[in-house]
Amino acid sequence: METIAEYIKKGRPDAWRAELRKSMKAKERTGLERVIMPEQDPHIRNKNIEEVNFGITEEMAVVEAHRCLDCPEPTCTVGCPVGIDIPQFIKKIETKDFLGAAAVIKKTNALPAVCGRVCPQEKQCELSCFYTQKLKKPAIAIGNLERFAADYERNSGKMSIPEIAESNGIKVAIVGSGPAGLAAAGDLAKMGYDVTVFEALHEIGGVLKYGIPEFRLPNDIVDVEIENMRKMGVKFRTDFIVGKTASFEDLRADGFQAFFVGSGAGLPKFMNIPGENYNGIFSSNEYLTRINLMKAAETGYDTPVLEGKNVAVVGGGNTAMDSVRTSKRLGAKRSMIIYRRSIEEMPARVEEVHHAQDEEIEFMNLHNPVEYYADENGRVNKMRVQKMELGEPDASGRRRPIPMEGSEFDIDVDLVVVAVGVSPNPIVPSSLKDLKMTDWGTIVVDKESMQTSIPDIFAGGDIVRGGATVILAMGDGRTAAVGMHKYLQEKVKAN
Amino acid sequence: MNKIIEKEFFSENVAKIVIDAPEIAKSRKAGHFVIIRLDEKGERIPLTIADGDPEKGTITLVVQKVGVTSAKLLAMNEGDEILDMVGPLGKATHIENFGTVLCAGGGVGVAPLLPIVKALHEAGNRVITVLAGRNKDLIILEDEMRKYSDEVVIMTDDGSYGKQGLVTAGMEDVIKREKVDKSVIIGPAIMMKFGSFTTKKYNIPTEVSLNTIMVDGTGMCGACRISIGGKTKFVCVDGPEFDAFQVDWDQMMMRMGAYKTQEHEDYQRYLETVETEA
Repeated sequence: METIAEYIKKGRPDAWRAELRKSMKAKERTGLERVIMPEQDPHIRNKNIEEVNFGITEEMAVVEAHRCLDCPEPTCTVGCPVGIDIPQFIKKIETKDFLGAAAVIKKTNALPAVCGRVCPQEKQCELSCFYTQKLKKPAIAIGNLERFAADYERNSGKMSIPEIAESNGIKVAIVGSGPAGLAAAGDLAKMGYDVTVFEALHEIGGVLKYGIPEFRLPNDIVDVEIENMRKMGVKFRTDFIVGKTASFEDLRADGFQAFFVGSGAGLPKFMNIPGENYNGIFSSNEYLTRINLMKAAETGYDTPVLEGKNVAVVGGGNTAMDSVRTSKRLGAKRSMIIYRRSIEEMPARVEEVHHAQDEEIEFMNLHNPVEYYADENGRVNKMRVQKMELGEPDASGRRRPIPMEGSEFDIDVDLVVVAVGVSPNPIVPSSLKDLKMTDWGTIVVDKESMQTSIPDIFAGGDIVRGGATVILAMGDGRTAAVGMHKYLQEKVKAN
Repeated sequence: MNKIIEKEFFSENVAKIVIDAPEIAKSRKAGHFVIIRLDEKGERIPLTIADGDPEKGTITLVVQKVGVTSAKLLAMNEGDEILDMVGPLGKATHIENFGTVLCAGGGVGVAPLLPIVKALHEAGNRVITVLAGRNKDLIILEDEMRKYSDEVVIMTDDGSYGKQGLVTAGMEDVIKREKVDKSVIIGPAIMMKFGSFTTKKYNIPTEVSLNTIMVDGTGMCGACRISIGGKTKFVCVDGPEFDAFQVDWDQMMMRMGAYKTQEHEDYQRYLETVETEA
């Protein structure tokens, strides 16, 4: 099979691309300003759950596409975990072939409308863009263009289904329907496999459904992408826990010849500080699941969620931003981020931090909770925080936060969301005695193929990484699909 | 979708429901639970499996009307379908030949106790079972329990059946009479708390099954977390059974009440809608 680099280089010499390069001088292209994503007014949107970004118009997309220089060595593509042919799709947009652009993206990305919204582009493709690296100018808005192409295709009513190889009749199982599982399922379906995705929850989509809120990623958009996968022949089984409802052995007996485990980071971390189990203190997973998956804040739904007037969210990642912005939308008077480092070290997408700031979220950076207090009913009513300062860089490369002695003070809170990370879900590993695990509870895989210590089982996403992004999980799913294909073809030959 | 095959009321507010679930029926063991969601707007609630028949492909749940979801479930009929059911969840009960095991069940907690009593019996234990309830109507599954127990002691608060007194009195009588090697107590939190105070007095290792609030039931949300021996554990994946002497009962009861106000309001609203419809 060709490598991603070879695949991406293939399209550049085509006549239309060469023509297009000549049609406008590089200087003119670099003279254009980066198109700004239109968004809802922050003071209005922090009271509704509608999507924050409106998306760019056709005209804006074409202008932005003109900025792209169609570099001979497109460094942007190196930053993409799923290997999208970025110049090819952007140049399609420049020629107003929007459906063609979407088709290019979909060749290697099963969820373009999702990635265009939630990828940390500033740390990936846009970071390695020629504009960022050499011109020291704002990068091509690759993420916004990806979203545009995907949305255009969806709204056109002419959604294309990727080319599917002839069915080979080989059954494969995907465990978990989050981004890793969906990416693997999409690629394996394209290769002609008979793919079934098993999901523990009652909805398909994993973190895309229970975790990421509507205002950042509408559920309808996820559903359209899933529907497209059904059209590709992928089967879905909800309410089914592999390792519990049926064992891997049962599924092997049922004819499944290989497995991809993308069961995610199912176990929220807590800080183990006094009072952390008081009522009104949630993991971000619980808080977001109640609201996004169970629709607890909507009338007519049975699932309850506690209301908060003074809400503190502990953490600095995307999940922390999602939680704090959700609390504001549900009517909190005060929504605060409590983060132990400074804003520069925050792992959240830059856009999300900006959006949160615009939405009147308070940032208490360089603060860390040390204890919680509650009223007579056990409902949290106060938290004690300690000020922090930054020391030398630690293993993560970020400067280590050091507590400042005697700096503690109390804040009134009636709802706290702990968003300090997750541990891998133990259900699948605990059902497989021979599966090799790390000390952190993640599954050990061969990085090239994502194969685990059990030959017919492959794994990727948070169950391997311990807590990463949608796109890295999808990259793993794609790598695993290739690994599984190789494994299965050798197995077929051997028989 | 899982079809209700059979429904039988034990009393006004407690019913046995047999549900079509072939895969769960095959893989379940004593101690396991399922999570159900009745309809599109429903909540996810955990229910411990009381019995299962792998041949017929069914599992049995015993449900007490305590809130909106249980009331809706009890209002469903044979042939109706439950939208979502997932399981079996949690760790299975650790079963071995302990010698003499004292099992105590309170109220609807008798249902999850049944498969444990059965498994302990099959493992060769001498099983003495204490069934407790407020009155005669609330004593459930007595015949089934008798089948797998060497002896069954019935305790009612009002003395309308068996002996009058609390479950702890029944347990203590047995402990004073003969050597007990192990105890399993399942029921309301307050009953498990005082039941385990009794066994602790006599240093009898005791297991309890906790019925905390859950959402996903797979370890993802942490709603069910509870302090066990000073460490936070997730009931759904680390339990639901724990060493009773390590459980922080006050925290358990506090956390069970997290949504008390909302649950009460929702239930009142539900009753109103039911009345309007009727």
